[in-house]
Formats: sequence, C-alpha cells, structure tokens
Amino acid sequence: MPHSYPALSAEQKKELSDIALRIVAPGKGILAADESVGSMAKRLSQIGVENTEENRRLYRQVLFSADDRVKKCIGGVIFFHETLYQKDDDGVPFVRTIQDKGIVVGIKVDKGVVPLAGTDGETTTQGLDGLSERCAQYKKDGADFAKWRCVLKISERTPSALAILENANVLARYASICQQNGIVPIVEPEILPDGDHDLKRCQYVTEKVLAAVYKALSDHHVYLEGTLLKPNMVTPGHACPIKYSPEEIAMATVTALRRTVPPAVPGVTFLSGGQSEEEASLNLNAINRCPLPRPWALTFSYGRALQASALNAWRGQQDNAGAATEEFIKRAEVNGLAAQGKYEGSGEDGGAAAQSLYIANHAY
Amino acid sequence: EAGSTMGNRLQRIKVENTEENRRQFREILFTVDSSINQSIGGVILFHETLYQKDSQGKLFRNILKEKGIVVGIKNQGGAPLAGTNKETTIGLDGLSERCAQYKKDGVDFGKWRAVLRIDNQCPSHLAIQENANALARYASICQQNGLVPIVEPEVIPDGDHDLEHCQYVTEKVLAAVYKALNDHHVYLEGTLLKPNMVTAGHACTKKYTPEQVAMATVTALHRTVPAAVPGICFLSGGMSEEDATLNLNAINLCPLPKPWKLSFSYGRALQASALAAWGGKAANKKATQEAFMKRALANCQAAKGQYVHTGSSGSASTQSLFTACYTY
Repeated sequence: MPHSYPALSAEQKKELSDIALRIVAPGKGILAADESVGSMAKRLSQIGVENTEENRRLYRQVLFSADDRVKKCIGGVIFFHETLYQKDDDGVPFVRTIQDKGIVVGIKVDKGVVPLAGTDGETTTQGLDGLSERCAQYKKDGADFAKWRCVLKISERTPSALAILENANVLARYASICQQNGIVPIVEPEILPDGDHDLKRCQYVTEKVLAAVYKALSDHHVYLEGTLLKPNMVTPGHACPIKYSPEEIAMATVTALRRTVPPAVPGVTFLSGGQSEEEASLNLNAINRCPLPRPWALTFSYGRALQASALNAWRGQQDNAGAATEEFIKRAEVNGLAAQGKYEGSGEDGGAAAQSLYIANHAY
Repeated sequence: EAGSTMGNRLQRIKVENTEENRRQFREILFTVDSSINQSIGGVILFHETLYQKDSQGKLFRNILKEKGIVVGIKNQGGAPLAGTNKETTIGLDGLSERCAQYKKDGVDFGKWRAVLRIDNQCPSHLAIQENANALARYASICQQNGLVPIVEPEVIPDGDHDLEHCQYVTEKVLAAVYKALNDHHVYLEGTLLKPNMVTAGHACTKKYTPEQVAMATVTALHRTVPAAVPGICFLSGGMSEEDATLNLNAINLCPLPKPWKLSFSYGRALQASALAAWGGKAANKKATQEAFMKRALANCQAAKGQYVHTGSSGSASTQSLFTACYTY
C-alpha cells in the first residue's frame, strides 16, 4: 500500500474528464446503437427484416442521418465494432458523420457474458484479453469512450457475493485499461428486471452492487472523474404485482445512487432495460425532479427506448427512412428534456412508445 | 479529552490534572452565552464529563441541551494489531449496552477514533481493512441504539510525506471505510464523517497554502464519500487554531462540488487560547469564555467560507498544537 504510482498524468486525466463532461453536458445523453449481430437478429426479425450486414448498415444509417436537432440532446453514440467501420450511401464513414455533429463516438468492447461455475446461472463478462491493443486502435479510429456490460440478476440466492465481486473486479480492470488508452470507460453493472421482487429489494441489491463497483474502481486506481456509470434504474421486477409511480422509482434510484456513487463521477447514464420508450422518459424525468441533492448529471444511455418507434416505422423499407429518422429524433428530444426534468409527458396512449420492450433474460 | 490527555493540556498551563480542575475548565466553556449555539451544533464529551455538574449542581449535559446543542460521547478503546508496524484497532465489547445507557443519559451521538499512520509500510492493507471494519461495527451498534455515529478514521500527520501522498492514503482509507459501512448495512444519512484534512506530514519540508490543502482535501472526499452523508466535520490534528480555521475556510471556498456540509470537530483548535487565558484561575473566567467564543465564531464563519483573517490574535492561536503520535 505505501506508495502511489500514478496511473495517469495530469494531461491524460484532463483529456478523460473533458470527454466525459462533453458526453453528459446538460440536456444530453447517449444513443446506445451497439447491438451485437445476435441482438440485431432479434430486433430485425420483429419487423420481418433479414439480418444481413447491409440491413444493419441501412438501419444505423436511418439513425445517424438525423439532422442537427440531435446535436442538443445526444452527447455520445455507442457503436458496435462492425458499425464503426461502415459508411453511409455516399461513402461517408458513420464515425465522421457523428463526429461532425459534435457527438462523441463510443465503442462496445466487451465480448459477452460467460458462466460462473458453481453459481445459480450467474455470469461474468469476458473481453479483457488484448483489450489494451484494441482500445489503442479504436482511439485511432475515432472512439473516445467505451462501454462494457456486466449482468447480475435478482432471485432468492442471487446475486451471490462471488458474482458481485467478480463483476465489480472485471469492470474495474476494463476501466483501468481504457483510461490507459485515452478512452473514457462507461461502467455498466446491470441488474436485470427479471423476477417478481419489489422496489425495495432492487434498491437493496443495487446499493450492494454499486458499493462493490466503486470499491473495486478505487482498488484499481481508476480516475473517477474520467468515467461514467450506466446502471439500471431501481425498479420492481417485471413480474412484481405491485405498481410504482415514476416518483417512487425516482426516489429509490436517487437514494441508491446517493449512498454509493461518489460525487467525483461526472454522470450517470441510465440503461432502459426493457422499459417502454415513454416509461423510460417519464422515469428519467422524475429522477431529474427528485428533491434529493444530486451531484452528478442524470441522463440516458438508451438503446431500445430510443429506437423502438424508429425501427417500427422503418420496417426495412427505404421509403420509410425519413419517417423513421423523425421518430428517433422525437424520442431523442424528449429524453433531452427528461434529462433536465423538463418533460411534460406525451399525452398519447398506446403505439410503439407505450409498448413494453421487455425481453426475458436480455443479452445484447 | 480523556483524563490522561487533559493531563497534557493542563500541564502546559501548569495546572494540576484533578477531576475538579477538569470540571472547572469544562464549566467555563459550557456556561458561555447561549449565542454559542449559532456556532456549535454538538459537543463531544468524555465519560467523566457526561456526569459532572456546574457549581450550582446542574448537569453539564442539561446546560448544553438547553442551549440547543446536541450531546455526544467519545466511545473509547484501542489495541495493537499483532504483526504490524505498531498499528492499532478499536475495542467493541459491551458497546451496545454502553450506547443504550448513554442514550438514556441524554446523549444523541457518539464518536470513535481509529488511527492510521503513514510510514514506510503503513498504513498496511490489514490496518486499513481492520479499522474500516471496526468503525462499521461501531456505527452499526450506535444506530441500533439511536445514536448517530461519527466515524473518525484519522490518518495522523506524523511523518515527512508530502501532500500528494497524504491524499492518496486518505482516498484509500475512505474508500475502505465506505465499503465497510455499506457491507455492515449502516444508514449513511444517519452518520457523520470526521476525517483528517489532507495535509503534508508534520516533518515535510515543503509548505502548502490553505488553497492547496483545500483542493487536495475536497478532491479526496469527492472521490470517496457518498452524497448521502450529511456532513463532514474535520479534525484539527495538531494544526494551530488559526490554520485550522483558514484551512476550513479554504475548503468551503473550493470550487469542486461539495454535496455534504463541510464543518469542524475541533478540540485543540477551539480550546488552546481559552486554556492559555484560564491558567487555572477562576478570576480568568470571562477572558477564557471570550477566547473560546472568538474561535467558535471564527470557525462558524469558516464553515460558510466567510472567514476574514483579522491579523494578530495572540500567540496561542498561531501556535502549532502538534503532539507526536497523538492519542487522546
């Protein structure tokens, strides 16, 4: 313990901190467009579209061709590896299109979950081998932040101490390696909404998980000011019979964060975890109106909850591309308002926006 | 201050360390004008003092309560950690029963000091873990008995290490403390933290400004202390009265986000001038009270970032109060 061997120079720290602050600038959040090939298969099959590389390119083009209206509400886009090297119909790399809008480019770097032997179906996440070299290359190719998803689940005996410890540790290793390569790590310890547990149980587990994550980050000498957190909101399990209001969800979420996330972390970008588009916006809005003091930005890093309507409007038809892009811009603007507690609600019922996007045991 | 520590204080002003002398000094402090409650929210008492009375037979703790001041108790203990370089931990036996009794006797908060030191191999991983764990046990037991625990993981200033090293160690210690508090299911909103400010070691040749101390201190805290903790009350750790006030003021002016109150929990840095003015003589009561009120008010302003250094305030206020390997 006695000696400190600084992991980062002052310049490196400043670069990381500046990137993080740009991503979570007031009113801005993240578009998670990093679905793996397997996840895209599920999405595209729902709208009857074949899962080819070209279709995936066309679909991301729908999102990335959004006009300047997204500049004020999108601070970062998370890419999947394949997409990072794709171009639009005019041959312009997607990375450049996004950067030209002043939006920070991010990359998913984990390689999926693997089982933890001796546990009740729990997992850790792999992807550390060669991560440093990959990060260095991604940095050259335009990425300034990364994302790594760990998964925990609530049941009678889970998450176990091992699952919490192991996932916290692997997140900290990932974060440390990213920072060495000038990349801001988004740390994602997702607790799945599967199950019938109530709001309190989710809050308790979330606090335990986040405490372990921040202890691990400290142990691994990670520079918190150059990281972001992507947690689940605190919600009841999907099969829980009790219904809770956005205000209750907000209070439970902000309380859990206040007890575990040091103020040095510049921003918390929530995952949507199967909530409908409207739910995800209403909950984010309530979080930003919560009366408890909140020293970090509280914003979104949404995949499904930003894209569902757009996907549905597109349905693989190029004629629908413009309308689909409009659907995306609409959700982006709504969430930009929610990130400031200024969203007044849609007043609409039904449609893709209200439809639950829950998929059991989601992996993407 | 424990009896033995009061002995050190009284010896400096050539007063005998008797129970009556200790009582007299505390009486002078506690019977100041009620306006003291603008600057003092809580007083930590030693066990003996909790049961002492003023010269009219009124219990000290009732005098304080009537002024609207919360009464706290020092919970004590301390034992060496075998196999370490003179590191220590705290004792927990019978704590719950003691806390229950203190609560009945008018106490609403407790304080427990764990000590870590910086040296070639220190603080060791064991010392950090064990002290964090013990503080968490202590906090848990307090809360079960309706006492707010003040958690004090003091990294003592002994040594010649620089500011950066103290910051590094303080961050590691505080991260361990908050992990332990979480593991032990302690309700953070019902605790307070009493840490050291981040300073260079007492024998470090490099000098730092209050702004540098403030930036290092607030940076360390904001990387480790959750926003749910309502307040951080710094210990003065041997700083002179004036330095303790100037540093607290700079801390409150530091431009980083500070979601907790940043205030003081000072012993020596509130009492040094008062002790010097008293000299053991009842006739000096008024001068003693004035000296104490002055420091209280100065720190009240510093806790809001509004302290204006007025210049000469007597030798006692600028005198370093450092004692090597301090235990009290």
